[in-house]
Amino acid sequence: MDDKLKDNRVTRSGLKIDPVYTKPNKNDSMHNDLPGEFPYTRGIRKDMYRGRLWTMRQYAGFASPEASNNRYKYLLNQGQTGLSIAFDLPTQMGYDSDNKIARSEIGRVGVPICSLADMEILFKDIPLEEISTSMTINATAPILLALYIVLAKKNGVSLDKLRGTIQNDILKEFIARGTYIYPPEPSVRLATDLVTHCSKELPLWNTISVSGYHMSEAGATAVQELAFTFSNAIAYVKSALERGIDINSFVPRFSFFFVAQTNLLEEVAKFRAARRIWAKIVRDRFGSGDIKSTRLRFHAQTAGVTLTAQQPQNNLIRTTIQALAAVLGGAQSLHVNSFDEALGLPTEESVELSLRTQQIVAFESGITDTVDPMGGSYFVENLTDRLEKLSFDYINQIEEMGGAVNAIKNGFQSNEIHNSAYKLQKDIEDGKNVVVGVNKYQSSDNLKIMRGQNIDKNDIDKHLNRLYRVRKKRNQNDVRTSLKELEKAAVTQNVNTMPFIIKCVEVYATVGEISDVFRKVFGKYDG
Amino acid sequence: MSKNIRVLIAKPGLDGHDRGAKVIAHTLRDAGMDVIYTGIRQSPEMIAEAAFQEDVDVVGISILSGAHIQLIREIAELLLQKQGGNNPLLVVGGIIPSEDKKSLYECGVSEIFGPGTSTKEIVAFIKKSVNL
Repeated sequence: MDDKLKDNRVTRSGLKIDPVYTKPNKNDSMHNDLPGEFPYTRGIRKDMYRGRLWTMRQYAGFASPEASNNRYKYLLNQGQTGLSIAFDLPTQMGYDSDNKIARSEIGRVGVPICSLADMEILFKDIPLEEISTSMTINATAPILLALYIVLAKKNGVSLDKLRGTIQNDILKEFIARGTYIYPPEPSVRLATDLVTHCSKELPLWNTISVSGYHMSEAGATAVQELAFTFSNAIAYVKSALERGIDINSFVPRFSFFFVAQTNLLEEVAKFRAARRIWAKIVRDRFGSGDIKSTRLRFHAQTAGVTLTAQQPQNNLIRTTIQALAAVLGGAQSLHVNSFDEALGLPTEESVELSLRTQQIVAFESGITDTVDPMGGSYFVENLTDRLEKLSFDYINQIEEMGGAVNAIKNGFQSNEIHNSAYKLQKDIEDGKNVVVGVNKYQSSDNLKIMRGQNIDKNDIDKHLNRLYRVRKKRNQNDVRTSLKELEKAAVTQNVNTMPFIIKCVEVYATVGEISDVFRKVFGKYDG
Repeated sequence: MSKNIRVLIAKPGLDGHDRGAKVIAHTLRDAGMDVIYTGIRQSPEMIAEAAFQEDVDVVGISILSGAHIQLIREIAELLLQKQGGNNPLLVVGGIIPSEDKKSLYECGVSEIFGPGTSTKEIVAFIKKSVNL
C-alpha cells in the first residue's frame, strides 16, 4: 500500500480523515434530506440563494457618534441596507466616557455611547423604519436596545417596524472575549429580560445572536464551537421558558453567529451539522416542531485569527476560501475580514475588497445557482454526521455538569478551548500545521504594523462635553426616581427590568449610571 | 537547585481577548518558570502591585486594544516607584504599531513580541535576559 494512503490525516478539529469516502450504508445517514425541510441540513429555505442572496454586512464603528453617523449615511447612500455597529469597550463594559477606567479606551474599538443624546447623533437623519441595525453588545445590551427603542418612539417610528439584531449573548463572554460585568445568573436574567420584552414589543427584532465565533477566535475547534454555542442556547431557552411563555413566541427570533475558517470542507459540514443539531434540540428537547423555531439562521464572519501579519496579501486568498465555506454552508449573512487587519484597522480600499470578495462569490463562482451544492458528497456528509454526533456528546457532557452556567463557573469550556489553542500553537511551531508565510515559505520582509484608529482629540472633547451638558441639563429628580425604580425592579427576581431601563434612558440617565445600579444589586464578577 | 524564573503575565485595560496571554503563560510554565497570570481587565496599579507582591523577575504585558502607550507607560512608572532600581524585566506581546515601538522602549520595555513570534524565541529571550 502506498505510504501516502496510510498517513494519519485529521481535520482542524482533529477528526480522522480516510483517503477516500464511498457510498455510506443505507441506514447510516439521512442523505435524502431536502432543503427547507426538517432538520434543514441542506438549508433553511427551498430555494436558498436562488431566492435571495445572503446579506453582505460589514461591521464598523468610529471614534465618535458624529463620525459614525457620517459613515453610516455614506454606506446607506451606497445601497447598503443593514448597519452593523461596533461599540467601544467602556460602553460594552457599562462605563461612561468620563470614568477614569475609560480614559485610554474611548472610541478605540468602536463608538462611545453614554446617553440618549449620543444615540440621537448616531442615527441622525437615518430612517429607522427602513434599515436593519445590528448591534454587537452584550453585558449592556438591554440599555443599548432601550436607547434604540426610545429613539424610535421619539422619531415617531412604530416599534413593530424596527428590524435588527442585538448580540445579547453574555454566556460566551464568560467563555471567551470577557466583556461580562455581573455574575452569570443575573447576566442571563438580563439577557432573558430583553428576549421576553421583545417577544411582545419588537416582533421583528432578533433578540439574541448566540455566538461561537469568539470561542473559535479563542482557539475552539469546530466541535467545541458547535457544542458550547448550543449549550448556551439551551440555557437561554430554559431561562425564557421559566417565565412561563410559549417557546414559539421567542425562539423564532434567536439567531446564531459562527466563524468561517479556511478548513473548507469541515466548515461546510459544520454549518450543515449546526442546522441539524438546533432543529433536533428544539423539537426533541423543547417539544416544538414549528418551522420558525426549528430552523437555524446564522451570520458568519471569516476567521480573524487566520489573518497573518506576514505576507498580508495571502489573507485575501484565505478570506475567499472562508467566504466560500460560509456560502456553501448556507449562511444568511456574512462579514468578510479585510486582508490588512493583522496590521491595524483596515483601510477603505481593503474594506472594499472584502465586499468585492463577497460579490465575486455571489455572482461569478456559480455556487449560488443550486441549493447545498456539497450535499451528497460522501466526505462532507460523513463529516456532517460525525460533527453532529461529537457535538451532541459534548452538549450532553455539559448537561451532566448542570448546564452551561455551571460548567462556566467551573471554567470547563474556557479550559477546553485553551487546550485546543495551546495544541494548535505547538503544532504550528513544530510545523505539523502549515501557515504559509509564517512557518513555511517565509520571506524576510520587515513587518510594518500600522497605527489603528486615529482618534481626533476634538471629537472626544466634543463627546465628553455633551456628556457633561446632559448631566447638567436633565431633570435630576426624574433621573434619581427612575434609577431608584430600576433598582427596586432589579432586586425583585420575577420582574422584567426592560421597561424600567427604558424609563431611565428616556430621562437621559447614562449607560454608566444604569450599569452602576446593576453592579450594586448583582455585584461584579471577576471570573 | 537553582531558583525558577518568576513571571507575571498581565492583561491591562478593558479588552478580554486573552488567548495569547494564556498560551504564553502555559508555554513559560512548560519551560520550567513559575508563572502567575493576572486574568483580564487589570489596572496598571493592580499589575504593579502583583509584580511587587509576587517578587517576579519578568512582567509580560499582553495588549491588543490599541491603548498600549498610556497603559504601558503607567505600568512602567509604577514598577519603578515600587521597586526602585530592582525592576523586573518588562516585555510586551501583541499588536504594537511600528511607529509606537520607540516610545515603549524609552519607557523601559526590553522587548516587543509581535504577531507570528514563536514561543521558543520568547522563552530563549527571557532565559538569556534574566540571570539567576
